[in-house]
Amino acid sequence: MKAIVTVMLKSGVLDPQGKAIAHALGTLGFTSVNDVRAGKIIELDLAETDPDKARAMAEDMARKLLANTVIESFRVSLDG
Amino acid sequence: MKAGIVVFPGINRERDMAIALEQSSGAKPRMIWHQETDLSGLDLVVIPGGFSFGDYLRCGAMAAQSPVMASIRAHADRGGYILGVCNGFQILTEAGILPGALLRNAALRFLSMDCHLRVERSDTVFTARYQKGQTFRAVMAHGDGNYFADDATLDRLEGQGLVALRYASPQGNIPLGNIPLGNIPQGDVTKDANRNGSARSIAGIYTPNLRVLGLMPHPEDLVDPLMGSTDGKPLFDALAAA
Repeated sequence: MKAIVTVMLKSGVLDPQGKAIAHALGTLGFTSVNDVRAGKIIELDLAETDPDKARAMAEDMARKLLANTVIESFRVSLDG
Repeated sequence: MKAGIVVFPGINRERDMAIALEQSSGAKPRMIWHQETDLSGLDLVVIPGGFSFGDYLRCGAMAAQSPVMASIRAHADRGGYILGVCNGFQILTEAGILPGALLRNAALRFLSMDCHLRVERSDTVFTARYQKGQTFRAVMAHGDGNYFADDATLDRLEGQGLVALRYASPQGNIPLGNIPLGNIPQGDVTKDANRNGSARSIAGIYTPNLRVLGLMPHPEDLVDPLMGSTDGKPLFDALAAA
């Protein structure tokens, strides 16, 4: 079973990368962009087949390593 | 005090650190590979700068899970001294030994330049050879040195006197207020002092027992007249004498 962990900077934490992307989009003519936040996606291929267990496992991994919860939030979704 | 330097794959400042420590103490520090767990006999554990594990995931995130880290945490718990510089500071925050995190520099640029640090207190084993309020020169070389913590944590650090060093002008003035996004140099020595955008201009912090210090700039870069300055040497002299 695949688990997808999306890690984003928490709202309130300055995201200079997102600001830079927003600025670049503006210079490309995309003038309707209000804000951009950049994060990362981590795909986990798990041997676990039980969705609840897979989700709990991925959340545990996110808390311990994949995200730094001081500055980042995460969400887990399951795929297949 | 007897010192050891922890070496992770991708760390590249361990020999500079060893030179600085040996010059002040006369003793060669022990090099500790990250898979070792025996820190017995050491008073001071130093985590030097570099790019441990290629800065993958987040700076210091992988190193914080290395076998040696459990021993370093135990060393901290029994009141041992720890100095983390640059990547070493990032590793200490990732391991939860120091609070907060180091974000990407506000201007998104890697900063390789001199800075000035104001000593916030001189009654610790690290700063005993400086005066309180004194400013000394150091070198910064980092892409992720923008210190972040929530307001409650920042208030606690300040309230308990745990801010060790702040970015300052050479005269010791601290930039106040929010750092503008992008943090473009404004030609003002005070406003430009905090180039990475750190919260409250914080460059280094202590644990509550004042025995763990993490800082982004490199005091070990300026410990010999041949390096252009000896501004960082008092830190190593104080550690050697303690």
